Amino acid sequence: MCKKALEVNALTTAYNNNPVLWDINVDVPEGIIMGIIGPNGAGKSTFIKSILGLVKPVAGSTKIYGKPYKSIRKKIAYVPQKESVDWDFPTTVLDVVMMGLYGNIGWIKRPGKKEKQLALDALEKLGMKEYCNRQINKLSGGQQQRTFLARALVQDADLYLMDEPFQGVDALTEKVIMNLIKDLKNKGKTIIAVHHNLETVLEYFDWIMMLNVKCIAIGPCKEVFTGENLAKTYSSSQAPYQSFVVKKDRSIYKSSILRGEKI
Amino acid sequence: MIEYLLSIFQDHTLRTVLLGSGILGITSGILGSFALLRKQSLLGDAISHSALPGIAIAFLITKSSSPIILLSGALIAGWISSICMMSIVRFTKIKYDGALGIILSVFFGLGLVMLSVVQKIPDSRQAGLNKFLFGQAATLLKEDITTMGILSGIALIITFVFWKEFKLLIFNPEFGDSIGLPMKKIDILLTCLIVVAIVVGLQTVGVVLMSAMLIAPASASRQWTNRLEIMIILAGFLGAMSSVTGTLISSKTSNMPTGPIIVLVSFLIFTLSLFFAPKRGIINKLFCTYKNNLKITQNILLTYIYHLCNSKDSVGLTELMKKNPCNSSKKLIKILKQMENSNLLQEHSDKWKLTLKGVKKVRKLQLEGDFYD
Repeated sequence: MCKKALEVNALTTAYNNNPVLWDINVDVPEGIIMGIIGPNGAGKSTFIKSILGLVKPVAGSTKIYGKPYKSIRKKIAYVPQKESVDWDFPTTVLDVVMMGLYGNIGWIKRPGKKEKQLALDALEKLGMKEYCNRQINKLSGGQQQRTFLARALVQDADLYLMDEPFQGVDALTEKVIMNLIKDLKNKGKTIIAVHHNLETVLEYFDWIMMLNVKCIAIGPCKEVFTGENLAKTYSSSQAPYQSFVVKKDRSIYKSSILRGEKI
Repeated sequence: MIEYLLSIFQDHTLRTVLLGSGILGITSGILGSFALLRKQSLLGDAISHSALPGIAIAFLITKSSSPIILLSGALIAGWISSICMMSIVRFTKIKYDGALGIILSVFFGLGLVMLSVVQKIPDSRQAGLNKFLFGQAATLLKEDITTMGILSGIALIITFVFWKEFKLLIFNPEFGDSIGLPMKKIDILLTCLIVVAIVVGLQTVGVVLMSAMLIAPASASRQWTNRLEIMIILAGFLGAMSSVTGTLISSKTSNMPTGPIIVLVSFLIFTLSLFFAPKRGIINKLFCTYKNNLKITQNILLTYIYHLCNSKDSVGLTELMKKNPCNSSKKLIKILKQMENSNLLQEHSDKWKLTLKGVKKVRKLQLEGDFYD
């Protein structure tokens, strides 16, 4: 547990002179499930993308398992938001999952039997094997998400970065995905997922990162998922999170509400 | 008819011309598919219009009208225009369509000015740069075909080599980057290939209408299949078919520019595909909607009659009208008759009741809850 899966130092990114991420300093230990929460425009996706080098930072550095991203790329799997692609693209579920292996196949070569089997295994874990030859434009939102997760699974990575894996999926799919994530954790993998539903934070995640351009708090849920931190993250003292924050901090939460009323 | 076909094979010039348009059709069909799937169909329009000043300037500088030189000019100009567009989108707040409109008109305007400059130079008539506006397949020479063939060959080989990278670039470039494939470079490569495909077609189709050759065969073949491989092969085939047919028609008529004819032929193919393709075709979609709606209405009616028949023997038309799912009594009777024909219902003096088969069907519906089947 003492090994660091992710080390971020002074990471700052900007878009058209507006800072999107400001001086993020984060250390994430190996073998945990970490959620990232924050309001819209807080920079959650940008944070994930800058770890992956998809967004160039203005300043700061990122290290994964103590190494720069480029030299350890094969140990990282990325699950983008499912809304980020056009699902009318003419291809099948199996084909999309095999895309996860394109980095290993090499130039010119096509995916072969071995790759196909790996993809089928990954689909099976997500209960999607029977859909392997289905056209991707005929998938439901939950099936799209499972397809993306299967694609990340075939990469056999150590660090999984997921951008809103529960966005627009039904309760059953959410459970399937959560079981998969816990399964990955039990194998010693690290999972970082952007999340929106505050009610499930304590149930799903070991660690939580609360982000609103700056990193408001990061650490084990039981220590940092408090009313006070939530109020800071969502810049509001009256957000309705009384019921699911960590209990020992109820008093702190109440005091923040009182402050809010005075203002 | 046979004589006509024979005359084609005996006519050496015509054979050359047809070979050229075939090459053009295949190349633009295949690379057009990529452009279409990337939602960059209009990029081709801007690039082809922008090729005109390149051709004119290449002629002005070298005073030579050899295809290699003119097409190189077109290539460079097309490439510069696509870089200009991408930079405008990237570094300013102007959106893609705005950048495209600006670059297209400015480059084309410059091209027309350069063309009139060329006209004023003595002996320039022979260069025949005007054919680049609307295309003139009849003027294709063996030398032109060789240039076109080499360019197309290179483009198609590169497409084959980078097949899976191109697929990833179109479907999900960010993911491609995350697994270590240099998506920006592959993007530039694909754009270059599209420029090449356009340049190959310029002499035959002309700068004004070349983009249709990228869009029409690709959109037509997308209608027929849901597999990228098949779509691209089919697009190449449809592109070749429309350009060969168009060229044939235009070379048999004097003074007929080839570009417009080819475009009309490919539009015809596109329209046919739009309507008659299985699955995605408009006619099939309408038919399926009609069939499904009919099935649902039938099943609702059956279930309704089944419930009403719990308390009495048969159901009258007036009772069915109260809960009529068809909106009109005429349609209701029509559907009832249809179900009578398929042995689901029985009629006795305007009263309806279920047959054994009908009862079985309703029970099955209630068990499975599937009203579509």
